Amino acid sequence: MRVPILKQRDYLIASIQSVLSDEDLVHLRDDLSERVGQYRSRGVIIDVTVLDVIDSFATRTLRTIAHMLKLRGAETVIVGIQPDVAFTMVQLGLTLEGVGTALDLEEGLAFLDQLIKKNFHDRK
Amino acid sequence: MTANEVRMPIESAADIVTARQKGRSLALDLGFNGAEVTLIAAAISEVSRNIVEYAKHGEIILQPTNHGAKKGLCVVAEDNGPGIADVAQAMQYGYSSRRGLGVGLPGAKLLMDEFEIVSRVGVGTTITMKKWVQNAK
Repeated sequence: MRVPILKQRDYLIASIQSVLSDEDLVHLRDDLSERVGQYRSRGVIIDVTVLDVIDSFATRTLRTIAHMLKLRGAETVIVGIQPDVAFTMVQLGLTLEGVGTALDLEEGLAFLDQLIKKNFHDRK
Repeated sequence: MTANEVRMPIESAADIVTARQKGRSLALDLGFNGAEVTLIAAAISEVSRNIVEYAKHGEIILQPTNHGAKKGLCVVAEDNGPGIADVAQAMQYGYSSRRGLGVGLPGAKLLMDEFEIVSRVGVGTTITMKKWVQNAK
């Protein structure tokens, strides 16, 4: 199932609606990389609240997405990792190294606002 | 063969999702808690992906199991693929894998209570893993 991507201000919000297969995750990667250019987005929020498992492939793909989008000039934040999912990721030794995370959509927006404002000031 | 044994063919990314969902619901029925159910689903995901990537097709068999008073779930991942020449190496955390993080099989072992792998080159691979319910209801 394709993940809907919404545009909100300078940001894109990928709101995952159901469990995803490996192929769906790869589509999400490609769609986001394209849309960031299309909408000149500065930040991307990926909402994984509904994911009941984040395994090694999903972790690697989320990391790849964040690093690709960074190269395209956008910051990524993953929001909504559930407690049991987080526990399993830790047991598996999986980390989202170098990728922003936040509790939920609201915190994710605040995270991007701060990060992007900071980047803007650093450049001046 | 038990009454509620579940057998599923595994040959695509969609089958990996189906396998872990079936595993999740069976584990819930057996009385595992939320965290354990998630661990089991992730372990099934990793061994299923191993089938799709290396053997192309195979089977996942889920069966309730007992050991004395202990109740548990047994997951068997079976394929007739190329087999693994060096099982010890394949079980090293962080070693190889083309698409993953080298976490697949060793990761599944970390998540389950018992894990056994038998592989013969040219014949195939069978992984048998079990998890026991901690707080039997």
